[in-house]
Amino acid sequence: MESQAHNFKQRADVALHDMELQKALGMLKGGLASKRSVAVAAMPEFDAVRDAGRDIKEHTLAHLDYYLEEFERNCVAAGGQVHWASSVEDAREIIVKLCADAAAKRVTKGKSMVGEEIGVNEALEAAGVDVLETDLGEYIIQLAGEPPSHIIAPAIHKTKEQVTELFYKHHAKHGKTDRVTEVGDIVNEAREVLREGFLSADVGITGANFLVAESGSSVIVTNEGNGDLTNTLPRVHIVTAGIEKVVPTFEDVSTILRLLGRSATGQEMSSYTTFSTGPRRADDLDGPHEFHVLLLDNGRSEMLGNEFHDMLRCIRCSACMNHCPVYGTVGGHAYGWVYPGPMGSVLTPVMLGIEKTNSLPNACTLNGRCQEVCPMQIPLPSMLRHLREREYTQRLTPAIARAGLAVWAFVAQRPKLYGLATRLAVKALSLLGGKKGRLRWLAFAGAWTDARDLPAPAGETFQQAYRKRMQAKSKGLGG
Amino acid sequence: MNDSIPLSSARPRVGLFVTCLVDLFRPNVGFAAIKLLEDAGCDVHVPELQVCCGQPAYNSGDSKDARDLACRVIEAFEGFDYLVAPSGSCAGMIKEHYPLLFAASTPWRTRAQDVATRTHELLSFLTDVMHVERVDAQFAANTTYHDSCSGLREMGVRDQPRALLASVAGLSLTEMRDSDVCCGFGGTFCVKFPRISERMVAEKTRSIGDSGADVLLGGDMGCLLNVAGRLKRAESKVAVYHTAEVLAGMAQVPGIGDGEES
Repeated sequence: MESQAHNFKQRADVALHDMELQKALGMLKGGLASKRSVAVAAMPEFDAVRDAGRDIKEHTLAHLDYYLEEFERNCVAAGGQVHWASSVEDAREIIVKLCADAAAKRVTKGKSMVGEEIGVNEALEAAGVDVLETDLGEYIIQLAGEPPSHIIAPAIHKTKEQVTELFYKHHAKHGKTDRVTEVGDIVNEAREVLREGFLSADVGITGANFLVAESGSSVIVTNEGNGDLTNTLPRVHIVTAGIEKVVPTFEDVSTILRLLGRSATGQEMSSYTTFSTGPRRADDLDGPHEFHVLLLDNGRSEMLGNEFHDMLRCIRCSACMNHCPVYGTVGGHAYGWVYPGPMGSVLTPVMLGIEKTNSLPNACTLNGRCQEVCPMQIPLPSMLRHLREREYTQRLTPAIARAGLAVWAFVAQRPKLYGLATRLAVKALSLLGGKKGRLRWLAFAGAWTDARDLPAPAGETFQQAYRKRMQAKSKGLGG
Repeated sequence: MNDSIPLSSARPRVGLFVTCLVDLFRPNVGFAAIKLLEDAGCDVHVPELQVCCGQPAYNSGDSKDARDLACRVIEAFEGFDYLVAPSGSCAGMIKEHYPLLFAASTPWRTRAQDVATRTHELLSFLTDVMHVERVDAQFAANTTYHDSCSGLREMGVRDQPRALLASVAGLSLTEMRDSDVCCGFGGTFCVKFPRISERMVAEKTRSIGDSGADVLLGGDMGCLLNVAGRLKRAESKVAVYHTAEVLAGMAQVPGIGDGEES
């Protein structure tokens, strides 16, 4: 997927004026976040499990090579095949070839953010393969020709009315010519249309929430069951997963699963948790004949041990964006690439380069709510600061901001000069504020005064007033 | 909490870190802080050579200037039993981030760590360290309280101001919706992304309005200037004060952004 992350500011402006989007975001507010808080409050040991989850991930990352090789060994022993892709280009090539080898005409897909990162759909469509997204939200945005705006609720930016219109426009060819307006009817129509796809697909592609080293299994969690139909019905099942998805044991999976559902949607467990281990065995009634796992690096191994290491613990639950006031204001599309919100503002610059994405780490008030709710305790604000540091040292910060910062820092480090400058500024602002005590407009401060008044200072700085008071006091004592 | 810090005398010597925004925009908060600290039995000093805590540089990725400013602050405050600031954001910078600015096992790291352990946000210092349980103040108003992000999440300030406010005669507190959601200030964020910031502060002022309160209180001048500026632009009658002003009984002056005429 081509990045538009360099256009964050413009895209955010568009989002702020998109009334349908604002309506959808208004409904999101409080939704997932309040469900999470209810679920977490109902689990007294949540913080202890959080620590355990973090420790599992840290242990795995410290021995990542070992566990990946163990995973590969066990996956192969179960009859599967493992493919290593260091870049998204490699990944696309592998997937296109696997589909060509299977003579695939149609591919069904379960929702996968790594799939978005790779650009699976574009690659397969270019190769003449028909791709059908089977997660309802993902299906909706596929019809709309849009990327996901949220990592677990890809169509969260769409209103019900927009979905009605999309189905009306696209489903006539399936014999559905009425406008469906009720949620239940919308879901049923999607189910009927998707069923044809499930039954005719040659290859099913899913992501993975976990890879289990001790068994070579992949694990997905879904709420619609579409993942199961995607990985059992077609002849070939391909799993795409980042290398950080591996954990040592089933026990570890069950620990982190307790965090995942609660952090994501406030569910104790998602409706379906599906373990896939190798292809169909001789006495199995269903399942694919081939089982492939594609392991994607795409910059992840470089993050091991550097200042972005902790980001590799991310389990893609979306709690950070659900609690981010900036995401809640502009939605996911403004971020311009695969991963939106706080985790995206870290991952996008790390994966694509800070020079093409330098608005993202700045588009944050460092309010810390994301870190507070992150089940993996990832210090997202600190990482955004690291990125700003990288941006500053590579001189990507806008010249005007650098100059302003330099003048300010020069003055601020010299208390006497600073005192003089502030006394003058305070006097001037107080005169401008007059009896109203505030300014409606101030030269060069439009970014502030366009939206709000500037409360005017009192005429003296605190230091000035305090010194006067102390002098008066000592005179009083002396006299 | 900090029983391990050896005090220089029975009356702890407190260095008041005024903060830039109080120094510039609201000296009354500084005087209120002094009164509250003295009433609690502290010997309060205001180092003249104090400078900005360095947050604007630090959060812009300019670690060098942040480090230089941190050194000046450390020098000015290391002689005190405590550094106390009427701001969770500046206190959080000193307490949580100063040590990270210096390489491990360097003398500056040790000095930064030493000042960091002595650093407190004003209201939590009063309750948690000085064990103040009530104040002698009066303020007849229905108030609501905004939890500033750094104070809340870096310094653990949440119940302390509410507990102290409960002892103010005549004051009632009505919680607003999402009191812990960012107001959109974010330091330089509000001028780098003014449109997003505007939407966030508008959401905040809507919550304040819906609470029905006549007065907004908070513990950080950045947020208060932002929210007050927005309230006043919308001609709102809600008055805005720093919590310390109310607790010190020094809220007879016009609220933030209100002049003699308003």
